[in-house]
Amino acid sequence: MRQLKVIRSLVIDSLDTITKGSKKYHLWMGFLTLVMLIGMYCYSIQLDEGLSVTGMTDRVSWGLYISNFTFLVGVAAAAVMLVMPTYVLKDIDFKQAVLIGEGLAVAALIMCLAFVVADMGGPSVLWHMIPGIGVFNFPNSMLTWDVIVLNGYLFINISIPFYILYRHYQNKEAKKRIYVPGAVLSVFWAVGIHLVTAFLYQGLQARPFWNNALLGPRFLASAFAAGPALIILVLAIIRSFTAFKIPDKTIGKIAMIVTVAAQINLIMLVSELFKEFYAPTHHSESAYYLFFGLHGKNALLPWIWTAIPLNVLATVMLTFGKLRKNPKILYFCCFILFVAIWIEKGFGLIVPGFIPGPYGKIAEYLPTGIEVGVTLGIWALGAFVFTILAKTAIGIELGELRFKLKQTES
Amino acid sequence: MSNRKKWFSLDLGPHNKKKSSGNCGCSNPQGSCDSGPEKEELNAEEFYEAAINASIGDERRKDGFDQVFDVQMDRRDAFKKLTASLLIGAGAISSCTSVIQDPDSKEKAQIDWEEQFKGNYKLMTDEEKKQTVDRLMRSYELRTGKNISMSSKNAEEDVLFGYAFNISKCQGYMDCVSACVEENNQDRKSQMQYIRIHEMKDGKGFNFNEADDNYYHEVPAEGHFYMGTQCFHCDNPPCVDVCPVQATWKEEDGLVVIDYDWCVGCRYCMAACPYDGRRFNWSKPEVPENEINKNQHYLGNRMRKKGVMEKCTFCVQRSRKGKNPACVEACPTGARIFGNLLDPNSTIRWVLENKKVFRLKEDLGTEPKFWYFMD
Ligand code: SF4
Ligand code: SF4
Repeated sequence: MRQLKVIRSLVIDSLDTITKGSKKYHLWMGFLTLVMLIGMYCYSIQLDEGLSVTGMTDRVSWGLYISNFTFLVGVAAAAVMLVMPTYVLKDIDFKQAVLIGEGLAVAALIMCLAFVVADMGGPSVLWHMIPGIGVFNFPNSMLTWDVIVLNGYLFINISIPFYILYRHYQNKEAKKRIYVPGAVLSVFWAVGIHLVTAFLYQGLQARPFWNNALLGPRFLASAFAAGPALIILVLAIIRSFTAFKIPDKTIGKIAMIVTVAAQINLIMLVSELFKEFYAPTHHSESAYYLFFGLHGKNALLPWIWTAIPLNVLATVMLTFGKLRKNPKILYFCCFILFVAIWIEKGFGLIVPGFIPGPYGKIAEYLPTGIEVGVTLGIWALGAFVFTILAKTAIGIELGELRFKLKQTES
Repeated sequence: MSNRKKWFSLDLGPHNKKKSSGNCGCSNPQGSCDSGPEKEELNAEEFYEAAINASIGDERRKDGFDQVFDVQMDRRDAFKKLTASLLIGAGAISSCTSVIQDPDSKEKAQIDWEEQFKGNYKLMTDEEKKQTVDRLMRSYELRTGKNISMSSKNAEEDVLFGYAFNISKCQGYMDCVSACVEENNQDRKSQMQYIRIHEMKDGKGFNFNEADDNYYHEVPAEGHFYMGTQCFHCDNPPCVDVCPVQATWKEEDGLVVIDYDWCVGCRYCMAACPYDGRRFNWSKPEVPENEINKNQHYLGNRMRKKGVMEKCTFCVQRSRKGKNPACVEACPTGARIFGNLLDPNSTIRWVLENKKVFRLKEDLGTEPKFWYFMD
């Protein structure tokens, strides 16, 4: 009974906080809502006409949606980089960052699922995939594995912060005994979601560009660079807009993680490039297409040649401790690293897998306006969800939201 | 059982395992073999049911998809659907109610309702298969006033279909392509074609990279030769493994088929196919009413809807009746040969035994049942 009451009051309180805020906050939320509505509209057109309104064809059958999905799985997995030291190694100064990181993971996962649904030809029969009601092709299909791990990860990342915040809300200590096992589990799980997502592509003998043992590890490395980079940016924003205190030391440590991951990622990139270009085979054609274009078709060149220099630049700058300690430069590096990896692990990974086609046909892919609209809408959805989660979490952590407090007031 | 395949099996580990588990009922103690090939009882169905029982709940529960029935979906409906499908499972209900509100006959609503709630064809009993086929025929009649015939004929015993393509004979006329489009009711708007004819330059070998699979000139063009590709009905099909909902599978007679009503349109199978064998309905397929081939099979050329996968089925509606696929019949040069691989007297067996045959991308272990040869 009491539990229910607390939850009810928590919901009411958080509704209260998320609807109140500064003018900037309202502008931000209004803006996100607008983008979401545009995305919804674009999606309704897509539902109506079919996927023909996207740039995808029989030759390039996955595009922007799946690219973003792949990238966001990485972002979601990156929350683990903060969870591990905090909960398990008792590194206290990460604690606030972790709540933010897990909120980010939840938002990223919701976006992942939204992108998958947006990519489906028949979203209304998606229940065919629900075990028990439909037919779940487990364990043969990697997609079913992905469904399991993503939903499991979503569950873990919702329940841990919820437990902690729920305890704090009632002015109680969160019990380590309860949340540490969950946190440990989520560490393994995060690696799992990323590997499984990589296996989704890696397991296709039909696509030599993906059928490559380095794909999984490289996914992990790039994810652990891009995810924490995003967390740093978000923390920086939160720091300047709220009273939430995030010590420099925390950001410094996350920056360290980003740096190491980015370095490993770069090494793997070199290894990949070496394999493709030192002794090029028939299977290197996709890489050729990506980096140099094939037979005059070069739609991806501007993308990849934006990504590579940004990636290298950010990694090199981050490597120097002095530069890394300067917040301005750090934020800049994180930003360009994030963009670079978004291109590389999204567009640069999915699209060349289909080009050239199984018989060497080169059909290029460019997303249409509708596709871009839906994509932006889903990103706005993610930002919206995250803002709500973060605002509530910050409110509770700052002690503005308290169960007892409210009762004495009223 | 094993010697039956040895003349084309590469004997790859995983492939072998699959064979023994999914084998034909002859050796099964269920004994439907004794009752002769006439009896339409399908062992595979029972077998699958037993084997995958764990992953399947009540198969007959539901199957929501209104597009089959041409239900108009306007913007608002789309929004409704969006919210509904986000609420998982509710999608079926929302599309159903819109049908019920339709002032049209009650029977139509009843059929639609039952179609909504049907399961995966692969797991249906023969009885259920017949029911869904009857419903679809009746539904077509109610909607258009015209009759179609749709079959749910299962694979026959001791049949394994295979195909051979004579590269020396093909002149690139593409009669097979148009025959296929007409036979299989493919979308005319997007000009979907299952078959691709690759025009290659003499002296360059099988150089697909430089081949043209979309030519519009007089054939045979000087200094060129031609090679056709389509779904090869792999014996170890990668497309089948990846499907998250088992909407595509290999039948007992070797045909790789799709249940269009069960497919969720994720296109994973398309990414997994090394032979460009699959086609997706990016928009609602359109076939002029007078051009519709009304001799249909549930797994073959029945009308598709938008957002589902389709592909060559070796004309299951013809081949299971003992006829040749449309492409074989249409080819003016006799370059295409189709038949039962398990029949030692068939032409295809003769070709495999007497010609120097090869298959594409054999290194991938997909075991296509589609061979090429030259005179
Ligand atoms: S050719 Fe492609 S679609 Fe046909 S069975 Fe083989 S993998 Fe599947
Ligand atoms: S598109 Fe359809 S048949 Fe292909 S993998 Fe997805 S659900 Fe299965």
